[in-house]
Amino acid sequence: MPAPKSGSILRRPSRGTAAISAALGLSLVLAGCGGSNVAGGGGNPAASSQDCAAFAQYGDLSGTRVTIYTSIVAPEDQPHIDSYRPFEECTGTQIVYEGSKEFEAQLPVRVQAGSPPDIAYVPQPGLLKTLVTQNPGAVKPAPQAVVANVDQYYSETFKAAGSVDGTLYGAPLGSNVKSYVWYSPQAFAEKGYTVPTTWDELVALSNRIAADGGKPWCAGIASGDATGWPLTDWLEDVMLRENGPEVYDQWVSHAIPFNDPRVAAALDRVGSILKNPDYVNGGLGDVASIATTTFQDGGLPILDGTCYLHRQANFYAANFPEGTDISENGQAFAFELPPIEASQPQTILVGSEFVAAFSDRPEVQAFQAYLSSPEWANMKAKAGSDLGQSGWISANTGLDPNNLSNPIDRLSAEILQDQSNTFRFDGSDLMPAAVGSASFWRGMTDWITGQSTSDTLTYVEQSWPASS
Amino acid sequence: MTLLDKLLQLLVAVVVFAAVMGVVLLVADRARGRRTDLVSGIAFTAPAFLLLLVGLLYPAARTAVQSFLDARSAGFVGLANYVQIFTQPDLVVVLRNTLLWVVITPILATAIGLVYAVLVDRTRFEAFAKALIFLPMAISFVGAAIIWKFVYEYRPNQQNIQQIGLLNQFLVWLGFEPVNFILAEPWNNLLLIVVMIWIQAGFAMTVLSAAIKAIPSDIIEAARLDGVGGMRLFFYITLPSIRPAVVVVITAISIAVLKVFDIVRTMTGGQFDTSVVANEFYVQSFRLSNLGMGSALAMILFVLVVPIVIYNVRQMRKVDGR
Repeated sequence: MPAPKSGSILRRPSRGTAAISAALGLSLVLAGCGGSNVAGGGGNPAASSQDCAAFAQYGDLSGTRVTIYTSIVAPEDQPHIDSYRPFEECTGTQIVYEGSKEFEAQLPVRVQAGSPPDIAYVPQPGLLKTLVTQNPGAVKPAPQAVVANVDQYYSETFKAAGSVDGTLYGAPLGSNVKSYVWYSPQAFAEKGYTVPTTWDELVALSNRIAADGGKPWCAGIASGDATGWPLTDWLEDVMLRENGPEVYDQWVSHAIPFNDPRVAAALDRVGSILKNPDYVNGGLGDVASIATTTFQDGGLPILDGTCYLHRQANFYAANFPEGTDISENGQAFAFELPPIEASQPQTILVGSEFVAAFSDRPEVQAFQAYLSSPEWANMKAKAGSDLGQSGWISANTGLDPNNLSNPIDRLSAEILQDQSNTFRFDGSDLMPAAVGSASFWRGMTDWITGQSTSDTLTYVEQSWPASS
Repeated sequence: MTLLDKLLQLLVAVVVFAAVMGVVLLVADRARGRRTDLVSGIAFTAPAFLLLLVGLLYPAARTAVQSFLDARSAGFVGLANYVQIFTQPDLVVVLRNTLLWVVITPILATAIGLVYAVLVDRTRFEAFAKALIFLPMAISFVGAAIIWKFVYEYRPNQQNIQQIGLLNQFLVWLGFEPVNFILAEPWNNLLLIVVMIWIQAGFAMTVLSAAIKAIPSDIIEAARLDGVGGMRLFFYITLPSIRPAVVVVITAISIAVLKVFDIVRTMTGGQFDTSVVANEFYVQSFRLSNLGMGSALAMILFVLVVPIVIYNVRQMRKVDGR
């Protein structure tokens, strides 16, 4: 609109200008709405060369769109986006992907503000539970097709983690195996070290490395305002191995206090490794340097030979520099954190993100069903392999490990699909947010920088919300 | 959303804005007679007032109410949130840190800016020297925090390990052991404050330099004729003459400091006892979804800022009135 000469409108009546601009505004508002509708139309199913038979069950969803909000950002988002393509082409719906590093803080805000996405990938069951209980009706229960898929393809641990009060809200999406110790097969071969199969062997190996003049372990827990979480995984893993899954469940659900003597014993066992100046922190400093080393950097000294052992989940594979040989005889690989009590079953600590839906339109439910199906898991695995990415697996038993390009991914998928394994979900992810993503993290950070075990556990216990 | 969609939206927004302005101007224009001033006054202030009401007054009132409610804004808990802030050790540390920030930063930043302004005043390289200290102002808080994080970065003194932090490299060159600065409580707070001072000293310098140049030269000459020079000239003539400007600078920096969030969040995420009220308020509200506690912290921030703002506005008026 041409700028009126300054002051002229006030001095001379020129109602025409204002009326014209108002009319112009209205017509453009209408034009704007029309334009976005046209652009919102999805792909054309007829034009697809894909074999769409597998997608016939979802029906024709032409002209619809599904919005996704997630914490998965570049570069890991690309195989996700690629894996939706067949669904988009065959059903005609359009998937709009939005990744944000501020996801955990922003999602509740968007839900409370009444503008949630259609689907969110919630990385913590605790957050899912909070969303369900604090915003009644906002999160839609999983549709029947999803329930059927989860019953058929996922183990009970994963189904329970995605449920609130017995109702399934979120099917697992990607999953991870947390009970890993990373090491360098090449360095082990060179030094004549062998992979330990019991906790005593692990300690003996650590002593031997220390006697050889090396620092056996390296660790890093810095992760912005989530600093401390890798240590919660340490404690959970040792809790499982020392006291078994039942006591672990009681601890996570607060049936026994957070500072129970058994928890203190487990934390002291973690301390016997991570607070031992002879054992840490290979190439990274003293014990306290664990607190300021980012978890991404924590395991890299394995490649330099300045440390030999690093406990971290399977997704740590993505942190090694491009070109690192991650395989049984390569520069880096992982073994299961060995058992402590022979009488307790070997339990694998796992984590997962969950597909929560805030809308029950047919296209959203169809997309949920697709995401929980083996077809999607295999499509995602192939898309990741095509891009040369590793570190992503699914607990879907329909996933064919051969679609995963990396040996560590295949090993993780096989562990998840092995029916003889016992699984337990990441405890801090299950606990109330005030504990699981606040005082537990902060307490462990203070613990590694010098606070005593009993002070730390008491501090976390006192922060447990009274209502839950 | 495609680019075309976005462009159309942009166009629509511009046109709607123009239409609203057109209506306002039309209304103001129609006014006749004695009430012309009143009507046009209302027409011009009403949109701004409405926006203030929706964007500022209503949220402020709502926050005040929420601070007396529980985590989910469901039940009334009275002063429980406030009591917790002043008794729970974690949160007391947050208050202590905020106090440290508010006391140290404005004083040091203003002092450094003032001394710098006096030192470079009327020297040959004044423009260059001013540009040098003013440059950090152009860097965002997050950017500055990342830069300083590298300065404090720690690596052990071992074979094959290179220091990447400037400070620790100096220590190693001088033969000392490297220090994990970020962990050294409570000194790590001061290290974070340094970042803010680094940014704000340029602002202080600019304003104070202008004030110094505005001192009438006959006052300075008279003082010199009376035999006053050096430090005494500074304390008896310069400083009293620019007092209002100094106050404005100190209060402006105080307000900026009370809101400090980016630096803490970027450098430590509030870990290692370095959290401040603004950061804790974000954590409580959005990560822990404890709206009551978040609102109470926001109210404390509000209560702390208001007197400074009022004082600042009064001082600004004095400066303008001179």
